[in-house]
Amino acid sequence: MAIPVELRIKRYDPERDPVPHWETYEVEVEESDRVLDALHEVRWHQDGSLAFRRSCAHGVCGSDAMVINGENRLACVLLIRDVGRSITVEPLRGLRVLKDLVVDMEPFFEQYKAVKPWLVNADDPGDRERLQSPEERARYDDTTKCILCAACTTSCPVFWPNESYVGPAAIVNAHRFLFDSRDEGGADRLEVLDRRSGVWGCRTAFNCTDACPRGIKVTSAIEEVKRALLRGD
Amino acid sequence: MELHRHSYDAGIVGAGGAGLRAAIEVAGKCRTAVLTKLYPTRSHTGAAQGGMCAALANVEEDSWEWHAFDTVKGGDYLVDQTAAQTMCREAVDAVIELEHLGLPFNRTPEGRIDQRRFGGHTRNHGEAPVRRACFAADRTGHMILQTLYQQCVARDVQFFSEFQVLDVAFAGGAAAAGPDTPLAGVVAYELATGDLHLFECKAALFATGGFGKMFKVSSNAHTLTGDGPGLLFRRGVPMEDMEFFQFHPTGIYKLGILLSEAARGEGGILRNAEGERFMERYAPTVKDLAPRDMVSRAILTEIREGRGCGQTRDFVHLDLTHLPAEQIDAKLPDITDFVRTYLGIEPKTDRIPIQPTAHYAMGGIPTNVSAEVVLDGAGTGAPGLYAAGECACVSVHGANRLGTNSLLDIVVFGRRGGSAMADFVASADQPALPDEAAEPARALVEELRSGKGEENVADLRDELQAEMTDKASVFRTEETLTAARDTVADLRRRYPSVSVRDKGRRYNYDLTEALELGFLLDLAEALAVSALARTESRGAHFRDDHPLRDDANWMRHSLARRTADGAVVLDYKPVEEGPYLPMERKY
Repeated sequence: MAIPVELRIKRYDPERDPVPHWETYEVEVEESDRVLDALHEVRWHQDGSLAFRRSCAHGVCGSDAMVINGENRLACVLLIRDVGRSITVEPLRGLRVLKDLVVDMEPFFEQYKAVKPWLVNADDPGDRERLQSPEERARYDDTTKCILCAACTTSCPVFWPNESYVGPAAIVNAHRFLFDSRDEGGADRLEVLDRRSGVWGCRTAFNCTDACPRGIKVTSAIEEVKRALLRGD
Repeated sequence: MELHRHSYDAGIVGAGGAGLRAAIEVAGKCRTAVLTKLYPTRSHTGAAQGGMCAALANVEEDSWEWHAFDTVKGGDYLVDQTAAQTMCREAVDAVIELEHLGLPFNRTPEGRIDQRRFGGHTRNHGEAPVRRACFAADRTGHMILQTLYQQCVARDVQFFSEFQVLDVAFAGGAAAAGPDTPLAGVVAYELATGDLHLFECKAALFATGGFGKMFKVSSNAHTLTGDGPGLLFRRGVPMEDMEFFQFHPTGIYKLGILLSEAARGEGGILRNAEGERFMERYAPTVKDLAPRDMVSRAILTEIREGRGCGQTRDFVHLDLTHLPAEQIDAKLPDITDFVRTYLGIEPKTDRIPIQPTAHYAMGGIPTNVSAEVVLDGAGTGAPGLYAAGECACVSVHGANRLGTNSLLDIVVFGRRGGSAMADFVASADQPALPDEAAEPARALVEELRSGKGEENVADLRDELQAEMTDKASVFRTEETLTAARDTVADLRRRYPSVSVRDKGRRYNYDLTEALELGFLLDLAEALAVSALARTESRGAHFRDDHPLRDDANWMRHSLARRTADGAVVLDYKPVEEGPYLPMERKY
């Protein structure tokens, strides 16, 4: 059964708007619909100029992270029945708004690249796989789930005023390799992270863990990296 | 619209698994631009779940030759057998290479890559299911996409993210691809600015993925609109085997979100309203692990005969309730979360409502095993044009793709395409590319943006999707396909009257969705025309009015081509036969 929902969306088109402003839309959606469906309803049938990114629509591509009723969420994973009939939608905080809900992702991906997020191992592995026990594989399983949606980093109060902070997503992706038994690039990565702009910037606010749509224990991953630095391994 | 120029040796269009694997292959060999309308990590490879098959024989006896047999039989003998043998032989090295690049596969107690069962993959030519699928929980595609992207970052691959390619240009300003008019460049629309970019390049590899968004119930991302094959179709490249579109048996009811075949590989069972494990009747040997085309037909047959579940009787159940909870958590964590999120039920205790969902295009841009585009049955080439992955048709999947063979396809043929392209650009000359080459794309964009028509993009797309799902899906007849063809033709006539209401330049998704709809309409027409002509049933193409396979007349690939006067005409080329002779497909 279709129900009316009120969407308040923060709009900004630098081509014509001097400052951002709010616009309100009434849409008819099902309770089982996603917030993304409501946004589509606006773009498709009310205001074609509403800009937001999306692709897979089921929480695996990471395109549609945004602030929904004050929290960082993926619009395709949040259902109308769980969010109510009055919904406010804003772009992610801490990244430059390019238009409406579209933010500049380049600084976020630069942070990611800074931690050298790839397997480093100079040994010749031969023509078979490197061995890794199920226990060794489980050690870094949680942080392999990251979809680089930026929900964690843009929820972090340390990141908002401080662009040089590498942010939780980059640390998560460093963790994924630091705790992989096959990897030998730890020293390089830890050097990047052993700074105020690295893991020592973290104030353990836990916002990142709450924000992660993949359920990654982000704060505990950051703590594990801190402990690795203190142990010197 | 400003025009910007760039100069490269090669372009790669699309940054999913095939595009990224090709990018790794050409890195350091030639100057390459990778263009994607998304960010690379948003590509739909990341949504693939269950696994990637290779006869590693880590957990039981296996051979790549058995894998090749299964692929040919699974494809209902429309597979080009040399291509299938190539893919299955190279699968072993492809998986090992991904592991060396860092992919976190699940492991056996001995530390080797773990393997599990998947539909249609069997031991010794059909004896019993075999454990051949290498996997990382139920997010194997995510891990492939991440691993390949990580390796591209390590190699400093040059990406142009949110650049939507709209056109190609050939030497001498030729309007269509041909053996004597090599590629001169590609034309892209930049989402951030609304500007056009002309990329001078001697070769381009298309890896743009599928076009499942022509259907209403689909596992595909919103962005899977067939831009690559669509634009090449307009430039004289035929589309091969478009009538073969796979419907995955287990999409979440109404939503179409994929629930991996791995659910059945791990022991899940399909049940009808009576609770019966009905696949025992349709495939007595492999039961729920029959190939997808057969399972989808079985589900819809149960529904047709009144054994569908619920009040609406239009779905069946996927039952995981008998599996150990720890097995579900370890092996199927993501898909069971989808069920909790979107259906609000607990798959450990509740049966899951499912229905077939439009999933994968077996057809597409015709290529050879080097991923070089070929224009006809004689193998006439189109110098500088390459394609790999779902947008291409090698043909390794024939009339029906086996589960896991898509992840294998993108890695094997992405690598092969990159390698062939690097060799080609090393000796080829760059044809002249005047600014005028961007004019057709400019006209396309400006006509849409300045259009004052009454038609709404979303409404037209809804009509297309409803018609294709209703008339051109699992069961087809001359009547339904004629209706689908006529509806699509009518929608194409109305398309020039669509109005793009956003007149701005930045992130104008109103405009890009209109462009995407144009490609979908063109490809839907090719699909309907090809399906109407094929008066037999084979693989995913099932005709109620021609229910049997007809090897005497139809062991051939369809080639749909757009003529200068706008019609779609069909041509055919023979299937490349091999050691496996067509036989009745029983499982």
